[in-house]
Amino acid sequence: MTREPGASFDGFGLGLRPPHYQQFLTEHVPVDFVEVISENFMIDGGRPRYILDQMRERMPVALHGVSMSVGSSDGLDLDYLARLKALVDHVDPLFVSDHLCWTRIDGFNSHDLLPLPYTDEALDLVCANISQAQDVLQRQMLIENPSTYLQFLDETMTEWQFLDVLCDRTGCALLLDVNNIFVSAVNHGFDPIAYLDGIPADRVRQIHLAGHSQGRDRLIDTHDKPVPPPVWALYAASRHRIPSVATMIERDDDIPPLADLLDELDIAREIACEGERQAA
Amino acid sequence: MTLATLQRSFRNWLTDVPVAMEVWVDGDARAGLDIYHNAYRVQLVECLKDTFEKTLLWIGDDAFINAARTHIEQTPPSGWTLGVYGKGFDQTLASLYPDDPEVAELAWLDWALSRAFECADCVPVAADALTAVDWDQAVLVLIPSIQTGLARTNAGAIWSALEAELTPPDATLLPTPGTMLVWRKDFTPCFRTIEAIEQVALEMVGSGSSFTALCMSLIEQLGSEAGIAQAGAMLAEWIDQGLILAINQPEK
Repeated sequence: MTREPGASFDGFGLGLRPPHYQQFLTEHVPVDFVEVISENFMIDGGRPRYILDQMRERMPVALHGVSMSVGSSDGLDLDYLARLKALVDHVDPLFVSDHLCWTRIDGFNSHDLLPLPYTDEALDLVCANISQAQDVLQRQMLIENPSTYLQFLDETMTEWQFLDVLCDRTGCALLLDVNNIFVSAVNHGFDPIAYLDGIPADRVRQIHLAGHSQGRDRLIDTHDKPVPPPVWALYAASRHRIPSVATMIERDDDIPPLADLLDELDIAREIACEGERQAA
Repeated sequence: MTLATLQRSFRNWLTDVPVAMEVWVDGDARAGLDIYHNAYRVQLVECLKDTFEKTLLWIGDDAFINAARTHIEQTPPSGWTLGVYGKGFDQTLASLYPDDPEVAELAWLDWALSRAFECADCVPVAADALTAVDWDQAVLVLIPSIQTGLARTNAGAIWSALEAELTPPDATLLPTPGTMLVWRKDFTPCFRTIEAIEQVALEMVGSGSSFTALCMSLIEQLGSEAGIAQAGAMLAEWIDQGLILAINQPEK
């Protein structure tokens, strides 16, 4: 069906962001991979594509999308898919991922990761869209659990049950965002450990770590702060269940010096090592 | 009700079209709905701020946010990439600032430079390739990043001053309206204001006219000696600035 590159990759990486381009190109940065936002490089040319090519010569690159809209009831955008396919063929990325969400309906694109109702109808639709994407891309996709700020009245399953069936029916894998689990667990009052126990651990290929902010009534997934202690604790719990997986820090706003992110990545390495020691 | 109906309701919620969201969510979800409603606008405003950096500096934060919110209400995003969302923002500004034409021209310049930034790569013709050209047959091909826009004001000078973090000049109308020419050299977007004669010449080249036809046009406008000199000077500048992608020489 589809290629499954990166299935045994368990390195540590960072999201590649413009303030750090120069250091990545001119210094040795101790990471095993970088992840880029796919859409930022689905362009005809210019410096961003040059940077991407340079990075690809140095280390594996993961492509992380925000606009596939696998939950759109009017299907995938074929122009988008063709452009992503061209980028995938050019980069030969470690992973190709996007979010369990929808962004687009009837030609309107919110550019926000909007929540899906976890119903049989949505599950059928998302399965069909992901299968189509994997067929076009000729490779397995990783689907990321989103942070959500509301739940719908007619939901018939939990998010982790939805993801479990999704993996089973499409052959896709998971990008587990541990911060998103924490944010949604606090916002909706579920047990994050039950979430970890409910997902198919053997399908998790990559983990995102990030920070969040306290809004007036909800935690908000802002990616503008260091990874906080409760997210580190949840990461430790996840590594007990998922011993071999790629991990990265995802920082998108108030981006600190690269050294700060590398320090955070060292914490992740220590937690992963501790998990391995305990497992042994 | 279907997922499609839910998603249309959600779109209406985001774009302030009256909709009964309580069909889909309970009362506790209002805080969540508000987060999505706010995030939709914040992200688009930030996108416009990033793209129209000099326009933002020129009109200030409050005025820019008001203009951005007007644009968002009038032009909901439709493309898969936020990169194209700024298209038409200069026209929104033109309608908001009819007495300050430099605002829309600054926005056009910001937009054109951002498009040039991610345009397709190319290798322009080098000066040493000119010696082998049969100029009687030559047809110039422009690089893909070239864009032109109307220059009625000194928006270009304002943009350059803001880029250099200098005090920008007061906005003024140019004595004679010209054209802003935008292109990318290597990885750097560039612009300059050109006069009508060069703008017409670039249009001729862009429409496939031969170099001979261009020379004849210039001779007609300026006379034989000055026309040939003008053609040579423009060609030298275009080559120097990397504006010529190829010089084709069709079979006779």
